[in-house]
Amino acid sequence: MAIITLLEAINQALDQSMEKDNSVVLFGEDAGFEGGVFRVTAGLQKKYGEERVFDTPIAESAIIGSAIGMAMNGLKPVAEIQFDGFLFPGYTDLVTHAARMRNRSRGQFTVPMVVRVPHGGGIRALEHHSEAIETLLGSIPGLKVVTPSTPYDAKGLLIAAINDPDPVVFLEPKRIYRAGKQEVPAEMYEIPLGKAKVVKQGTDITVVAWGAIVREVEKAAKLVEAEGISVEIVDLRTIAPYDEETVLASVKKTGRFMVVTEAVKSYGPAAELIAMVNEKAFYSLEAAPVRFTGFDITVPLARGEHYHFPQPERIAFELKKLAKVRP
Amino acid sequence: MIAKKYDASKDKQFQILDQNGKVVNEKFEPNLPKETLLKMYKTAVLGRSADIKALQYQRQGRMLTYAPNMGQEAAQIGVAAAMEPQDWNSPMYRELNLQLYRGVTLESVFLYWYGNERGSIRPDGVRVLPTNIIIGSQSNLAAGLAMASKIRKQPEVTVFTIGDGGTAHGEFYEGLNFAATYNAPVVAVIQNNQYAISTPVRKASKSESLAQKGAAFGIPFVQVDGNDMLAMYVVAKEAMDRARKGEGPTLIEAFTYRMGPHTTSDDPSIYRTKEEENEWAKKDPIARFKTYLINKGYWSEEEEAKLVEDVNNEIGETFKKVESYGAKVELMEIFEHTYAEMTPQLKEQYEDMKKYLEGAK
Ligand SMILES: Cc1ncc(C[n+]2csc(CCOP(=O)(O)OP(=O)(O)O)c2C)c(N)n1
Repeated sequence: MAIITLLEAINQALDQSMEKDNSVVLFGEDAGFEGGVFRVTAGLQKKYGEERVFDTPIAESAIIGSAIGMAMNGLKPVAEIQFDGFLFPGYTDLVTHAARMRNRSRGQFTVPMVVRVPHGGGIRALEHHSEAIETLLGSIPGLKVVTPSTPYDAKGLLIAAINDPDPVVFLEPKRIYRAGKQEVPAEMYEIPLGKAKVVKQGTDITVVAWGAIVREVEKAAKLVEAEGISVEIVDLRTIAPYDEETVLASVKKTGRFMVVTEAVKSYGPAAELIAMVNEKAFYSLEAAPVRFTGFDITVPLARGEHYHFPQPERIAFELKKLAKVRP
Repeated sequence: MIAKKYDASKDKQFQILDQNGKVVNEKFEPNLPKETLLKMYKTAVLGRSADIKALQYQRQGRMLTYAPNMGQEAAQIGVAAAMEPQDWNSPMYRELNLQLYRGVTLESVFLYWYGNERGSIRPDGVRVLPTNIIIGSQSNLAAGLAMASKIRKQPEVTVFTIGDGGTAHGEFYEGLNFAATYNAPVVAVIQNNQYAISTPVRKASKSESLAQKGAAFGIPFVQVDGNDMLAMYVVAKEAMDRARKGEGPTLIEAFTYRMGPHTTSDDPSIYRTKEEENEWAKKDPIARFKTYLINKGYWSEEEEAKLVEDVNNEIGETFKKVESYGAKVELMEIFEHTYAEMTPQLKEQYEDMKKYLEGAK
């Protein structure tokens, strides 16, 4: 087992998938020759040639639209969108074709593709380079939305996404691309889509998070532990379709529920998860569930971003408040 | 008409000043007043120096990601100089010199790249839209601005600029086709600096020139030596005049070179050679224009030395000023501009955060 970063784990998953399966092709803006602006795909064009790993013109609609065509004609395309904010020109293709082709043709035409998108804020980037758009993706029927928080999960989830028979948007937490290393098995393995993971056991409060925010929640949990509050952390891993069972089991154990995300509050994924918990575990709750989210605003530029991005101290503050509520 | 005549798919680029600063196309040499020529030159020197300084500041950890314009001064200023105060710009992001010439302050440009929204505020009457990161969309916005000018019978022209890479984007075609079919007063300028990050222009387009894409819209088009200040001015002026007379859009391709990195996060040595960079250094737009001005008796080395000193002082002071306040954003500021009036939800989110911050102190 090698100790690698999340970015290297993604590269390895792509490399091994291409090695094993000739139908996997990879493309995006600067994704071929240069290996992408983050170097996630570095070395792959050299290894698999320009026909399977290539640069595209700047045209997200054509990147996603043509991936759909390739997927319907025997390939397994992995398309890269350079930054989250640039997905939108291709959004129409996701909604109007990728997500509904199976249903429209009653299963005859299918779209087994992956769209990789560096995702989220916290890196003091330019405008449109820090968006958290899971809300806009998780609500499209027919689309799966996945995001890892560790190198191990990144590899297993991406391999599962490539092998999945349906279109998957794979959100890569760019903030932690290189933020830490972990032992990752050399061989190929899958982590099933739609399965969350309890990353920390606890008894008082359940917190659901995903992507880069999981780490912030882990830091917050340490802060409140000193005060005797035990937090159970569930990494959702797949945003759509999400794992009700794991979330509900945890909430039934702790009786308190909080969702932490950098995505917007109104109509966002936190609202969805809380609605589900209210429907299915209402009587296990000892306090009203809490949404701790990004604000309902345009993601601020670098100098205002710290207000918007969930910080461990403020998560800890909210956890303490929630722990105090008595039924 | 220059446009259409110089079709790069058949002809050569339109040029007035060769790379040694010699007038090679006398018939087209513009008769610009000395002050205008000097304003063009001084803006280019300011822009170039500001780029160099910004790259230094970034390396010192004082600036965030920055996209330099070096090499494209003529392609930006030649266009800006052909515009009237009431005209509009729908820009891309690599646009420092055009912005400076049009009256956007260096302070606000620095402030924008420093990561502060206030960098998008323009002085009253300066019709330059905020820096546009979303490639292609400036074309649609330009079509709309120009259609409004036409419907409201205002003598305004809208200029939009786009990179070579950007011409692959659907919105470039959609917006320009819109403008063409409505005969809207638009001038489209392609800044062909040969690369889109690491991707060379030949990988993004099969056509011999980017200018010739104008044929498909049924509008005049021309490829210009983008490092030739005079040629850029003359071609842009002709296109502006046509648009103002109600004759519709023109497509101009400025053939130029990005002498610096794409941004401070980019390493050009991965995808291009030193030899190529050296070849283009010989075509430097500022050096060539300077020779022209000196030959005309409008400029001297003494004045140059003074200008360089003044400009560097100005840049240093401007950046210090930006550093003195640019990193501070008030909490209210990130909420209050989302809608004309803050919604109940936003008010609540603001109040919660404010209470938290006060408690944390
Ligand atoms: C819609 C969209 N997709 C992707 C990007 C990311 N991106 C930023 S600059 C760039 C290259 C642009 O090249 P070009 O249009 O030639 O302009 P240049 O940067 O060379 O001036 C890319 C792909 C973006 N800003 N907008």
